[in-house]
Amino acid sequence: MSIDLNTIWFILIAVLFTGFFFLEGFDFGVGILLPFVAKDDQERRIVINTIGPHWDGNEVWLLTAGGAIFAAFPNWYATLFSGFYLALFVILIAMILRGVAFEFRSKDDNPTWRKTWDWALFIGSFLPALLWGVAFGNIVRGVPIDETMTFTGNFFTLLNPYSLLGGVVTLTLFILHGGLFLSMKVDGVILDRVKAAVTRIWIPVVAVVLLFVGYSFVETTLFENFTIVQGIGLVLAVVALLTAGWMIRQQKFGTAFIGTGVTIIGVVMFLFGGLFPRVMPSSLGSEFDLTIYNASSSPYTLQVMTIVALIFVPLVLLYQGWSYWVFRKRVTSESHLEY
Amino acid sequence: MDVLDLARLQFASTTLFHYIFVPLTIGLSLLVAIIQTQYVITGDETYKKMAKFWGKLFLINFAMGVVTGIVQEFQFGMGWSEYSRFVGDIFGAPLAIEALMAFFVESTFIGLWIFGWDKLPKKVHLFSIWMVALGTTISSLWILIANSWMQNPVGYEIINGRAQMTDFGAVITNPNIFRQFPHVVSAAFITGGFFLVAISAYRLLRPSQEIEKVMFSRSLKTGLIFSLASVIFVIGTGHLSGQFMVEKQPMKLAAAEGLWESEAPAGMSFFQIGDENERTSIVNIQIPSLLSFLTFDNFEGLVPGINDLNSFYQEQYADVYGPDADYVPPMIWMVYWSFRAMVGFGMLMALLALVGIFFWWRGTLVNKRWFLLILPLTVVLPFIANATGWMLTELGRQPWIVQGLMRTEEGLSPNLTAVDLGISLIGFTLVYGILAIADFYLLWKFATVGTGGDPILPLPKSQPDDLKLESAY
Repeated sequence: MSIDLNTIWFILIAVLFTGFFFLEGFDFGVGILLPFVAKDDQERRIVINTIGPHWDGNEVWLLTAGGAIFAAFPNWYATLFSGFYLALFVILIAMILRGVAFEFRSKDDNPTWRKTWDWALFIGSFLPALLWGVAFGNIVRGVPIDETMTFTGNFFTLLNPYSLLGGVVTLTLFILHGGLFLSMKVDGVILDRVKAAVTRIWIPVVAVVLLFVGYSFVETTLFENFTIVQGIGLVLAVVALLTAGWMIRQQKFGTAFIGTGVTIIGVVMFLFGGLFPRVMPSSLGSEFDLTIYNASSSPYTLQVMTIVALIFVPLVLLYQGWSYWVFRKRVTSESHLEY
Repeated sequence: MDVLDLARLQFASTTLFHYIFVPLTIGLSLLVAIIQTQYVITGDETYKKMAKFWGKLFLINFAMGVVTGIVQEFQFGMGWSEYSRFVGDIFGAPLAIEALMAFFVESTFIGLWIFGWDKLPKKVHLFSIWMVALGTTISSLWILIANSWMQNPVGYEIINGRAQMTDFGAVITNPNIFRQFPHVVSAAFITGGFFLVAISAYRLLRPSQEIEKVMFSRSLKTGLIFSLASVIFVIGTGHLSGQFMVEKQPMKLAAAEGLWESEAPAGMSFFQIGDENERTSIVNIQIPSLLSFLTFDNFEGLVPGINDLNSFYQEQYADVYGPDADYVPPMIWMVYWSFRAMVGFGMLMALLALVGIFFWWRGTLVNKRWFLLILPLTVVLPFIANATGWMLTELGRQPWIVQGLMRTEEGLSPNLTAVDLGISLIGFTLVYGILAIADFYLLWKFATVGTGGDPILPLPKSQPDDLKLESAY
C-alpha cells in the first residue's frame, strides 16, 4: 500500500497531538499538582518555574495542530470546532486564564493576588486536561453529523459516560506525567511530596486506562478493523504504563517519566489508528462519516503544506530540544526565579 | 440581535481586543532587541537596565497577546464553519504556516530570553530576543497573507462550490500584501515607539535618580526616531492602499469617503452627516478634487460612488443572490469615521514625532515641560489608529466575507444558536474585562516606578499559607 498525502497529513496531525499531549500534558500535570506539592509561596514559585520557560512553546503544539487541521482537512476543522462549540469555549477560557497566570502571578506581592492566579493555574490546567480527553472520547465514539457535515447534537450530547471516562484518562495520566516531570526538576521537601503523590496515583491511572480500553471495545468501533498500528499502540501504552509503575516502585522516576511519555504516544496511536481513515465518525450512519478524503483539502494544497512541514517540523524539534537542554537543571530556592 | 449579528460582534470584539496587544508586541520586541544590541556592543550597563525595564513591560503585554491569540486559531471553525469549508483549502495554509514558522519561534525563544539572562552567553541571549522580534513579524506576514485573500482573492478556482488553491505563489504574492504588510508592521512599530515616548516623558517629569534620567532620555529619543521613521512609511503605504482599493474594493473606498454618488472630479470629504436610509448626505464639507488626486494622481479621475456601485453589483450577482440583494456595507458612518480617526491620529503622531525631533535637535527636548506633559497622553493614539484601521478594512468589506465570492451570512456555522453565542460572548467579555484591568494595573505599576531590574521578592516565609487552611481570610 502506498501512502498518499491525505494519510501523511492524518499521521502528521496525530504527531502534533502527540507532541501536545506529551509536552503540555506534563505542564498541565504540574499545574494541577501545584496546590498539593507546594505549601508556601516560595515552593509554589519553584514549581511554577520548572515549566516557566516551556509552557508557551508546549501550547503551540495545539495551535499548530489546529492550524494543520484547518489547512489539510477544512471540513474536519469546521465540523469539530463548530460542533464542540461550548466545550471548546470552556477550554479556551481555561487556557487564557492559565497563560496570563504564569506571567502575572509573581509580579505583585499581594497574597490575594497570588492566590487568585494560583487558582487560575490550577483550574486552567485541570479543565483542559479533562476536556481534551472528553473531546477525543466523543470523536472516536462518534457524534451526530448529518449529510451536510453539520453537527446536529448539543453540548449535552458530549457528556456521555464513555467520553467522560476518556477525560478521566487524560486527566489522571497527565497528573502522573506531570508529577514525574517534577521529580526530575525539584528538590528537597517538594521532591518528597512529589514522590509520595506519584506513588499513590499510578495504580488508579492503570485502572482507569484499562477500564477505558475495555469500555472502548463495547462502546466504539475502534476494535472493528483492528490494525497493526493500533495493536502496537495498545501494547506500548499498557506495557509502558506498567513499566512506569515498576520504575516508580524502584525510585527511578526519570525512567518512569519516559514510561508515561510512551503511554501517551501509545494512546494516540491506538485512537488515531482506530479512527483511520475516518477523522470524525458520524453516529447517524457511516455514510456521513468525515474521512481523510471527503474532509480534505486539494492535493495541491496538501503538497504545498507537506513541503512546508518537512522543512519546519525538524527545525522546531531542534530548537525546542535545545531549550529543554539549556534549562535541564533542577529548580531550587537558590535558582533565579523569573515567575 | 440574531445569531449572525452576535457572531459578528463576538468575532469583531475578540479580534479587536487581541489587536490591542499584537502591535505593541511587534513594536516593543524590536525595540528591546535594538536596545539590548546596544548593550552587547557597548557593554554599557544602562542599556541593560533599559532592556530589562522595557522587557518587563513587553512580557506583561506579550502574555495577553498570546492568550487572546489562542482564540483566533479556533474561532473561524467555531463561529464560521461554512466560511472555513469554503476557504480552508487556501486560508488554512497560511494559518498553519504561521504556527510552524512563527509561533514556535516566538514561544520557545521568549522562554530562553526570560530565563536565560544568567544561563546563556550574552550573544546567544541577544539572539533570542531577535528571534522573538523576527517571529512576531513573520507571524503578522502570514496572517496578513490570509487576510489579503479575503480582500483580494487570487490564485484559486471555484470547484464544487469551494475555493481551491491553484497557485500558492500567487497567494503569497497577492498585490494586496505588498501594501498591507508594510502598512500594518510600521503601524506596529509606531505603537512600540510611542509607548517608549509616552512612558519616558512621564518618567522624566517625575523626580528621579540620575540613572533614570539617562535611561529615559535615551528611551525617549529612541522612541521618537523609531516613530518618525515608521510614520512616514505608514502614510506612504496607506496612500498606496487607497489607490489599490479603488481598483479592487471600490465600495470600501466609497464607504470610507461617504461618497454616495460617483464624482469626477471627486472631492475629499472631511465632515459629513449622512442619511443611511435614503443613502445620501445631509451635510458634507469637501475639499474639491482632492479625492481624485489622491486616488489617481490627477484632478479629473472618476471615483465611483456607493449607489452606482450597488446597482453595478446587483446586476453582476443577480444570478447568484437575486436582483435585489444589497451590497452596501451596513454602518457606513462607522467606516467613514474610522477612516478619519485612523488618518487623523496618524497625522497627529507624525507631527508630534517631528516636533520632538526638532526639540532634540535644538537640545531642549528634556527641558520642554509642556511637551513632556502632552506626550504621556499620546500613548493611546496608535491604539486607536490600529483599531480604526482594522474597522475600516473589515467593515468596509461587508457584506462580503470574501470579496466578491462569499457573503458574510453564508459563512456562519449553521448549528449555532443565540444561546450558544450569548454564553460565549458574555464569557469572553467578562474574562477579557478582568484581564484588561489586571494587565493595565501591572503595566502601570512597572511603568511608573522602578527600573525593571528589581527582582521580584518572595512573600515572607513566616506566613504559612497552606491553601486548605486559608478559609479564615
